[in-house]
Amino acid sequence: MSESVEFDLAGVSVRELNQYLHTELPGSDVARVSIQNPNGRHSIAAGLDCEVEVEIDGHAGYFIAGMNKLARVTVNGNVGWSVAENMMSGEVRVKGHASESAGASAHGGLLVIDGDASSRCGISLKGGTVVVAGDVGHFSAFMAQAGTMVVCGDAGANLGDSIYEAVLYVGGAIDSLGADAREEPLEDSDVQTLRELLAGSGIDSDAENFRRVASARSLYHWNADAHQEY
Amino acid sequence: MCGIVGLLIRRPEFKDSLGRLAVPMLECMGDRGPDSAGLAVFGPPSDSAGLGFSLYGHGGVPDWDAVLAHHLEVSASDATLDVNGDNALLWSTMAATAVGGWLEEHWPSIDLLSVGRSIRLFKDEGHPREIAARYGFESFTGSHLVGHTRMATESMVSPAHAHPFTAGEDFCLVHNGSLSNPNSVRRRLQRRGVAFETDNDTEAGCRYLEWRMREGDSLEQAIESSFAELDGFFTFLMATAEKMVLVRDAFACKPAVVAETDDYVAVGSEFRALAHLPGVADANVYEPSPKMIYSWSVVAAGAPQTTAVVS
Repeated sequence: MSESVEFDLAGVSVRELNQYLHTELPGSDVARVSIQNPNGRHSIAAGLDCEVEVEIDGHAGYFIAGMNKLARVTVNGNVGWSVAENMMSGEVRVKGHASESAGASAHGGLLVIDGDASSRCGISLKGGTVVVAGDVGHFSAFMAQAGTMVVCGDAGANLGDSIYEAVLYVGGAIDSLGADAREEPLEDSDVQTLRELLAGSGIDSDAENFRRVASARSLYHWNADAHQEY
Repeated sequence: MCGIVGLLIRRPEFKDSLGRLAVPMLECMGDRGPDSAGLAVFGPPSDSAGLGFSLYGHGGVPDWDAVLAHHLEVSASDATLDVNGDNALLWSTMAATAVGGWLEEHWPSIDLLSVGRSIRLFKDEGHPREIAARYGFESFTGSHLVGHTRMATESMVSPAHAHPFTAGEDFCLVHNGSLSNPNSVRRRLQRRGVAFETDNDTEAGCRYLEWRMREGDSLEQAIESSFAELDGFFTFLMATAEKMVLVRDAFACKPAVVAETDDYVAVGSEFRALAHLPGVADANVYEPSPKMIYSWSVVAAGAPQTTAVVS
């Protein structure tokens, strides 16, 4: 496990690259794959299913490292919609900014965004961990079911709307909380979790200055008397 | 889906390359909108008397010589006609309403696509790649342009339903998204005497904004008031002779990416539409915020003027 392979997407299609990553790479001696000229293309390194380091140099498109399992993917640039969507395990790191729905529906693994993430970051999170060094846009962690999201900067409107059992930590300002999301006291165990996640993400931020947001659980049971006012 | 693109040139030498830089943007966004495409290109406003009228023959290539000869006869002016296939730019001192009436009466197979001193407009049904090649978009020069690739969702596929839409003079709009109340907007405007050409939602938005500007609003004020009047999803990209303007609705589910350098401002639905532009790797690349109006001047360099929509 020591070889390194390079793909230049100026000459190779994403389909060819992904077929290599899915079929030839697992079980081979290749430990590192570097990808040049992503030029905003979609679905680069989606569906990885083995331990490998993948590095993408430049701005990439939608669904980068989607459904990731075991692999560590780094993007030296921005990404479009739905980076690491439905990730199962492994680690995805975006050195630039991420557009909408980053980490959507991720079941496991760690997504780190060094810049800002746009709206609906961590939507429907199902157990994964999302750490954003900058800000997140509106409706982030919408209907997040399990897992953790750490936002070192500010969170946009309606944070954690209709959230289930995911836990959110925000270091900056919260524009507004969504329906059924509430701020809760930051316990020692939260600070410990934050320290580990920040250290593991290589982000320097004071764990004690975060606020914890979780579900008030009032949407769990239908309340006919509420007349849909929550 | 639909794709939108916009390019505003700041480095004078690039103005000759406007079309060459923009065609790959439009072709790339053909993936998001393969059924029709259009392009509005703006140059320095002409000093000549009269106005430019972009004409399009929807039933094939009109007999342009006969069209010009007839126009000269009825207008008694020194009108000119610059022909590009089934599209032509008529330059005439005849009033805009009179040109519309003349076409309707004598040349019903010719549509009036745009009016102005700066704008020229092309749009048709078909893949963006074919349309760009047919009209030779690559050779176009000018200060800025906006383009659109359409995947129709709410009204039929036809040249008239393709974007950009125009209203008034030197104003056009392309739209990714869909409006949910275009019929009530259209009915209200029709009661105020605004004429419509299609049942398209974007036309309703375009004519609403132009109506507000005729009532005295700036484009930015018109956009601000549209947040109370237009219901639905939109990323709107607009242009006048002086500027290019971008806005996304509050929910911002229709994408847009901006790349700014000292040489140009480029807007696309996705970054991949901008990836070929010179120096884009070092450009300031960002996603426009919801409910924020971005306005780039043709003459003033630097960051856009931004206006937050408060409503």
